[in-house]
Amino acid sequence: MSLLAVSNLTRRYRRGGKTVVAVDDVSFHIEPGETLALAGPSGSGKSTIARLVLRLIEPDAGAIEFEGDDFLALRGATLRARRARLQMVFQDPLAAFNPRATVARVLDDPLRIHDIASRTERPRRIAALLERVGLAADLAPRAIHEISGGQRQRVAIARAIATSPSLIVLDEAVSALDVSVRRQILDLLLDLQRQERIAYLFISHDLGVVRAVAHRVILLDAGRIAESGDARAVIDAPQSTIGKALVAAAPRLKRTTQDAS
Amino acid sequence: MIALASIRDLTVTYRRGGDAVAALSNISLDIVAGERLAVIGESGSGKSTLALAIAGLLPASSAVGGRIEWSGLGRIPLLGRDIGFVFQDPSASLDPVMTIGKQIAEVARTHLGLTWSQADARAKTLLERVRLPDPDSAVHAFPHQLSGGQTQRVAIAAAIAAGPKLLIADEATSALDTIVQAQIVALIRQLVAEDGMTLLFISHDIALAAELAERIAVFRHGQLVERGTTAGIVDAPTQAYTRTLLDAHIGLDSAPLLNRAGPAV
Amino acid sequence: MSPARRFLRTPEAVAGAILLAALIAMALVALLFPGDPQAIAGPALLPPFQDWSLPLGTDRLGRDVLAELFHGARASLAVGLAAAAAALAIGSVVGTLAGFAGGLVDEVLMRITDAFQTVPSFLLALAFVSVVGPSLGVVVIAIALGTWPGPARIARAEVLSIRERDYVASARAIGMHPLEIAFREVLPNALPPVLAMSSVIVAAAILTEAALSFLGLGDPNRVTWGGMIAEGRAVLRTAPFLSIVPGIALVLTVLGVYLAGEGIVETTAVRRGLS
Repeated sequence: MSLLAVSNLTRRYRRGGKTVVAVDDVSFHIEPGETLALAGPSGSGKSTIARLVLRLIEPDAGAIEFEGDDFLALRGATLRARRARLQMVFQDPLAAFNPRATVARVLDDPLRIHDIASRTERPRRIAALLERVGLAADLAPRAIHEISGGQRQRVAIARAIATSPSLIVLDEAVSALDVSVRRQILDLLLDLQRQERIAYLFISHDLGVVRAVAHRVILLDAGRIAESGDARAVIDAPQSTIGKALVAAAPRLKRTTQDAS
Repeated sequence: MIALASIRDLTVTYRRGGDAVAALSNISLDIVAGERLAVIGESGSGKSTLALAIAGLLPASSAVGGRIEWSGLGRIPLLGRDIGFVFQDPSASLDPVMTIGKQIAEVARTHLGLTWSQADARAKTLLERVRLPDPDSAVHAFPHQLSGGQTQRVAIAAAIAAGPKLLIADEATSALDTIVQAQIVALIRQLVAEDGMTLLFISHDIALAAELAERIAVFRHGQLVERGTTAGIVDAPTQAYTRTLLDAHIGLDSAPLLNRAGPAV
Repeated sequence: MSPARRFLRTPEAVAGAILLAALIAMALVALLFPGDPQAIAGPALLPPFQDWSLPLGTDRLGRDVLAELFHGARASLAVGLAAAAAALAIGSVVGTLAGFAGGLVDEVLMRITDAFQTVPSFLLALAFVSVVGPSLGVVVIAIALGTWPGPARIARAEVLSIRERDYVASARAIGMHPLEIAFREVLPNALPPVLAMSSVIVAAAILTEAALSFLGLGDPNRVTWGGMIAEGRAVLRTAPFLSIVPGIALVLTVLGVYLAGEGIVETTAVRRGLS
C-alpha cells in the first residue's frame, strides 16, 4: 500500500473570465521513505499540487488517499489531527513564519496542538528538536527575523518533523538559499529521511538538485504529467519535449579538473 | 584592454538604526570596455551594492569612500544614457499605468533628443530586438498584461533604449524559471554583442555566470575574494571560498547525494 | 535612530505629548487637588484671576471652576479612551472574523457593519443614551456603537491580504484551529493600520462625550467639560469664561491626542519603511 496515492487530481481556477486548468488529471503515488520530485517550468502546476495534497486548497475532481484513508473525506478536528502526519516546508522561510514569532513559539505550536508534550516538558522537546536539525538550543528565545536564512529553514524543518510525520511536502524548500547553505539543508533532509523513514514530495524547478536527491521524478507541463520515472534516468535522457527543454536550459559548470574532495 | 571604468578602494557603508554596516570594503576592480564581467556572491556579499554604486543608485543614507574613474567613457555617466540597469523584479522598474511603448520611447526621447514619433518608432524596433511577440500591438500593452519573462524583455529594451555603453543586470534572471532564464541570458548575450556593450552580470549562480561571462569576480562579506577569467576561476580557483562555491553547486552531472539503495518498501 | 528619539525630534509630536501628559496629570491629581468640584467654594460667578485661592473663578453656584476643570479631565479622558478602546476591540474582532471566515459570515458581518455606518454615529449615541439612561458606562458604549465600523473595515481589508500569506497556510498545515489562526496569527499582524486610526477615534470620542454632556445626556453625577459649557451657556453674556475655559481645555485635549497620535504613526511608519 502506498503512503500517498493521488488519482485523477484536477484543479481549475478562473482568471479574467477564463477557466484555467492548473492541475489536469494528475495521478501519482509515494512510498514510505521515498522522495518523489515534481519538476516543471513556472505555471506547470507543481505548487498547486503541493497545496492540494496538503488540503490547503480543495480539488475540483480526483481522490487523495493518505495512509490508507480517504484524505479528502476528513473534516474539522479529524483533519486537523491527521495533519500531524503530513507536513510542509515552504520556499521562503521568512514568509512562512508569523513575523512576530520566536523560534520557541514556532516549535511550541505543533507540540501543543497535537498534545505531544506537556507544557513543562515542551521546552526540553524544543531544545531536542533544535539540536536534531543542527541548531543550538539557545536559539529558542530569538525572534524569527533575527536569525539567518539557513537557520530559519532549519527551524522550518524542525517544526515539520515535530509531529513525526510520514510525509513532508518540500515546496522549493532549498531554492531561495545560498548554494553553500543549500547543500547543508539537503544533507539534513536526507539524513532525516534515512533515520525516520520520512517520504518527501520534493517540488523544485532545479533539475540538478532533483537528480541529486530524488528517487523518482514527475515532469509537469501545463498541469499535466509529461514524463515520469527514475530521477536519474529521466533527467539524463529526457523523452518529453518539456524534459528536453528543461535539461537544455539548465546552466552547466564545465569544470575540466574536478576537485578530488 | 581599455578600462571602461576603474573602481578604486570603493567602500560603501549603510547606516541602519544607529549602526554603520559595511556593505563593501576597499574594492578595486577594472571593468574592461566590451567585456562580459560577472560578479558572483551569496547574500550579503555586497554584489548588488557594487551594481548600485556603479549606477549611482545608492540610497542617500549610505556613505561612500574611494572612487570610480570612467576613463573609457570620458565623462560622468548618466543612468539611462550611459548605463542601462536591469533589476531582478522587472515589474518594480516599470510604470504600471504607462504603456510599455511609451516607457521605452521616453528613455530614447530623454537621452537621444528624439521627437515622440521617432522615439515611438525606436521603441517598436527595440521590442522587435528583444523578441517580444507581436511588437505592433505590444507597444500599447501595459506591464501587467505580460508574463514575467516578457516583462523582463521590456525592461531590457528600456535599459538599452538610449544605447548605453554599460549594461548592468542585477540578478535579472533569478525570479524566472530555468527555460525562460536561458532565453533571457541568450538575449542579453546577443544584444551586448550586437551593440558592443560592456556587460556587468550580477548573480548568485556560478554556473549561470560561467556560461555567460568572460571574467568572474567573486565577492564575499563585502570583499573581493578573487577575480580572473572564467576558465581560471572555474578550473583553477586560488581561494578556498571560490572552491567551496564551486563544490556546492549541484548540476546535472553532480554526484547524487542520495544513497541509491532505494526506499525501504 | 530609535523610534523614541525620532518621536522626540518631531516638534508636533512633542507638543502633543506635553499636552497629553499635562491632561493625564490633571486627571490623576484631581482626587487630591484642587478639592471637591461639587462643593461651594466661594461667591457665585467670581471671574478668573481675582482671587488666587480660586484662580479660574466660580460658577453660578459658587463652585471652583479649576476643580471642575480637573475633574472634567478625568471624565473626558476616561470616556474617550474607553470608548475608543471598545470601538477598536469590536472593530478588530468583527473585521478579522469577516475577513478570515469569508463567505456567508463575511457577508452577514459586513452588512451589519454597513447598517451601523449608515446611521449618523452621534444620533446613534444620542438615541442609545436617551433609551438606556445616562451613566458613564452607557456613554462609553453609546460612543463605541457608532465608531467601530471604521476599524472593522480596515481590519477586514488587512486580514484579506494576510490570510493569503504563507504563515497562515503554515499554521493550517500544522493543524491549528481556525479561531486560533484568526486571533493569534492574523489579528496581531492586522492591527498596526487599525491602531493608526486610534488618535482620530479618541479625539472624536472625547468630542462626542462633550456633546452628549452638553445636551444633558452625560453622567449626572460627574463633572464633565460638556456639562460645564452647558452650565455656562445660561450666563454666556455676563460670565463667558464659564464656557470658554472648558472649551479651551477641550480644544487642547483633542489637539494633543491628535498630534501625539500622528507622531507615533509617523515614527513607526518611517521605521517600517527602512526595514
